Amino acid sequence: MIPVQFDYLAPTSVEEALAALVEHGDEAKILAGGQSLLPVLRLRLNAPELVIDLGKIDSLRGVRDEGDAIVIGAMTPHAQVQTDPLVAEHAAVLHEAVQHLADVQIRHRGTLGGALAHADPAGDMGAPALALDAQFVIAGSSGTRTVDAQDFFVDLFETAIGEDEILTEIRIPKHTGWGAHYEKFVRVAHQWPIVAVAATVRLDGDTIAEARIGLTNMGSTPLRARAVEDALAGQPATEDAVRAAAAHATEGTNPPSDLNGDADYRSHLAGVLTRRAVLAAIGR
Amino acid sequence: MTRISLTVDGEKVSDDIEARMLLVQYLREKVGKTGTVIGCDTSNCGACTVHLNGQSVKSCNVLAVQADGGEVATIEGLATNGELHPVQTAFRECHGLQCGFCTPGMIMQSIDLLANNPHPTEEEVRVGLEGNLCRCTGYHNIVRAVMYAAEHGSSDSVQSEGASA
Repeated sequence: MIPVQFDYLAPTSVEEALAALVEHGDEAKILAGGQSLLPVLRLRLNAPELVIDLGKIDSLRGVRDEGDAIVIGAMTPHAQVQTDPLVAEHAAVLHEAVQHLADVQIRHRGTLGGALAHADPAGDMGAPALALDAQFVIAGSSGTRTVDAQDFFVDLFETAIGEDEILTEIRIPKHTGWGAHYEKFVRVAHQWPIVAVAATVRLDGDTIAEARIGLTNMGSTPLRARAVEDALAGQPATEDAVRAAAAHATEGTNPPSDLNGDADYRSHLAGVLTRRAVLAAIGR
Repeated sequence: MTRISLTVDGEKVSDDIEARMLLVQYLREKVGKTGTVIGCDTSNCGACTVHLNGQSVKSCNVLAVQADGGEVATIEGLATNGELHPVQTAFRECHGLQCGFCTPGMIMQSIDLLANNPHPTEEEVRVGLEGNLCRCTGYHNIVRAVMYAAEHGSSDSVQSEGASA
């Protein structure tokens, strides 16, 4: 399977990439790590006239500490996110989730920004980004804007990134000391989750002070399970309390039906996986 | 056409190619490295695994232009002066193959795994080889081969070469 012919540009700065985007509009496609885009091109589901490869823009890679937040460059490969000590310390649920994304080879090439911009509702990065209240830094020719995670995911494969814009950074408020777990249910190895749950919880002694829950593949975008979060806040960190709260996991969801499972099955999974994820996050 | 220059198994190569050419096609059709095979062509099976700049990648899921300026290591560059790489030896010793089609990718991924984790548990080997499928389902001996290589030392010239680039 060979993609259709396209022109190729590998700019060395964001400005250069933006200029090319403005010139070519929706005929151009941004290439990050390519682990989702190349299959799309090979299957000829998309046939851009120009591919703009961000791989040579060094400033888009790396993780840095900015006081109350960590900032991850959009082109930082998953493998680097996985081993970065700042991510492990301050964004533990992302650290947990990325280890379960696809396989080693894909994590070497695929990037955090690419995965988030691709916005596959079955992708593993959306739920932790939502749970951590990530902010998305998006560059356009008229400047840079920041979009909150809850406004970033618009629909199936659709985000707040405009046609002439590029996602440059993911800014994550520090969740230092929060317990975290990503519970992923798959039928076979290295696949997209049928359903997965990202849970991160702040304990105050034996009480759940606050919890953030992200759901993967329970709708056309990753979702926050706010009813579960509300039900957990202030509760004792016990299995009974978590079980009761997890029963709210499907509120506001609209799970798809496909060959891996119908909507009812996914709804069942969401409750079970939420309970497991929260219990693991609080070490129970 | 786009001009690319890279190193493949220690040799410098340079070609004018179409941007749409996949790295695996480039390696097989332009450089003649047919030891790297195309299995599923959908980035699932891992048979086409090579190292790019010291890291394992599925070469059917990388454009050749993305490898411009880089260093690629394939299964064909592992043996030195007729001596098999220790991981190749381990696969032979443990009969870590049946039909052999997944073997180039399995070995390249095993070398990557051992470079990052020289003494893995059996579970870590299975997880580390998650992206490589064996249609003969000969996983037991493949895992055994990686454990054997870990035990008997797998000096990994390929990995260290790439990592220092």
